[in-house]
Amino acid sequence: MPVTLRLPTVLAKSAGGQTVHEATGGTVGAVIDDVTSRHPELASRLRGPDGKPYPYVIFYLDDEDIRFQQGFATPVADGAEIVVVPAIAGG
Amino acid sequence: MSIGRPASELPSLDQEEILRYSRHLIIPDVGVEGQRRLKAARVLMVGAGGLGSPIGLYLAAAGVGTLGLVEFDVVDVTNLQRQVIHGTKDVGRKKVESARDRIHDVNPHVKVVPYDTQLTSANALDIVKDYDLVVDGTDNFATRYLVNDACVLLGKPNVYGSIFRFEGQSTVFCTTDGPCYRCLYPEPPPPGLVPSCAEGGVLGVLPGLLGLVQATEAVKLIVGAGEPLVGRLLLVDALRMSFRTVKLRKNPACPACGTHELKGLVDYVQFCGLRGQEDVTDGIPTITPAELDERRRRKDAFDLIDVREPHEWEIGRIEGARLAPLSSFAETLRTLDSARDVVVYCKSGVRSAKAVRQLQAAGFKRVWNLAGGILRWSEEIDPTVPRY
Ligand SMILES: [Zn+2]
Repeated sequence: MPVTLRLPTVLAKSAGGQTVHEATGGTVGAVIDDVTSRHPELASRLRGPDGKPYPYVIFYLDDEDIRFQQGFATPVADGAEIVVVPAIAGG
Repeated sequence: MSIGRPASELPSLDQEEILRYSRHLIIPDVGVEGQRRLKAARVLMVGAGGLGSPIGLYLAAAGVGTLGLVEFDVVDVTNLQRQVIHGTKDVGRKKVESARDRIHDVNPHVKVVPYDTQLTSANALDIVKDYDLVVDGTDNFATRYLVNDACVLLGKPNVYGSIFRFEGQSTVFCTTDGPCYRCLYPEPPPPGLVPSCAEGGVLGVLPGLLGLVQATEAVKLIVGAGEPLVGRLLLVDALRMSFRTVKLRKNPACPACGTHELKGLVDYVQFCGLRGQEDVTDGIPTITPAELDERRRRKDAFDLIDVREPHEWEIGRIEGARLAPLSSFAETLRTLDSARDVVVYCKSGVRSAKAVRQLQAAGFKRVWNLAGGILRWSEEIDPTVPRY
C-alpha cells in the first residue's frame, strides 16, 4: 500500500497543481525523493541544498513531528500519511 | 485550569450584565464565576486586521473586561473584504479608533486600551506585562517571533493564528509546560519566500474562521473550560474544509522556552533577514510614470514588459505592454532585443526591480523600472486602470 504525502496549496503549484500525492518509500526522505522525482521543482521547497530539512517546513508522519523521531530517516509504514506544514504569517 | 485571580477577588456583575450574559450564565462550564473571570480578564490583541476583527468583536461580546489593541495601521478599502470590525465609513481612520468604536457599540462594558503603534522590541515587554494573555493576529514573521519571545519571557499564554490564501494554523503557545512558536519554527523562512496576504491574497472568510478559533481558545483559557489547544497545531484547509491537528512538542533545545538562553528581546527585523533588504529597488534605474507617459506620447521605440501574473493582468494593464510573468522570466529574456530600450513594471515596483536585475545580468544596458508600478501609474497618469 502506498504512502500519502499531503502538501499545502501554497506548494501545490510546484507539484503539478496537486496537494495529495501517492508515493512509495521506506523512509520519509525516500517518500519525498519519490514525489520530487516526478515534480523536480518541488525538491528545493521541501529540503535544503544540503538535503536537510528547513527550520520553517515541518513534516508530520501520522501527526507526529519527524524532528522528534529520526528526521528524514524515520521509517514509514504502508498506508502512512505525511503532512507538510510550512510557516505562514498572514493575519 | 483558568487564568487570572482567585474567585474571591473577581468583580461582580450588575443586573444589566446578568441579563446580557444570560446565555453564558446558564452553561455550567461558564456560569457566574466564568463570566466574572471574563470581566476580570485583560486580553492583549496584537493586530486589528483580518484575524483581529472577529477576535475583537467576539471577545467584546463575550464580556472580556479589558481589551488592549496594538495596531498602527489605517483602514484601507482593500481591508473591508475581511476586516469586519471596520466599516466603509472608517476608510482612512486609524484602525485602533475604528475598532474601539465598534467594540463599544458591541459592548459598552468593555474597556479598550488602544496602542497606536507597532509592537517593537523596545515597547513589547512593557505593553504585554499588563495582560493575562495575548492573541497574536499579526501579519508578519518578525512580529510573531517578537510576540512569542515577549510571552515566553513574561509567562503569558499566546493564542496563535496565521493564514494564507485558503489555509490556516492555530495553537496556544507559551503555557507553563507547553511549546512555544520557536519550538515549532526555530527560524523564519528567508524574506520573499512566503508571500504576505497583500502579495498572495487571502480568502476573505478565512480570517473569520481562524480568528474565531483563537477567540474560542482565549475564552476557554479565561473561564477554564475544556481542553485548550496546547501541544496541538490545528491545520485548517478551507478548500477541502478539513480540520486536523498534529502534535506539537516542547523542544528541550529551544532557546526561548527550553534552555532559556534567550534572556531578552532581540532585533527581529535582523532575525528575519530583513535588514538591508528594505529596499530591493536600490541602485535600479527607474522611470517615473510621468516620464513613461511622456515617452509614449513621443512614440519612442521601447518595449514595455509587465512581469505580473496572468490573473493580475486580467484586472488591468498599461496599454501597449506585453505580459511576461517574473516566475518564468528566464524564457522571456531570450525573446527580448538588448539593443532596444526596455521598461519593466509590476504592481508596486518590487518584482519588476528583480526583472531589471535579470535583464542587466543578461547584458541589457538600457532598462528601467517603473517607479511605484501600475498602482502609481493609476494614481498619477491613468485612473481608469483599477487599483487592487
Ligand atoms: Zn520553545
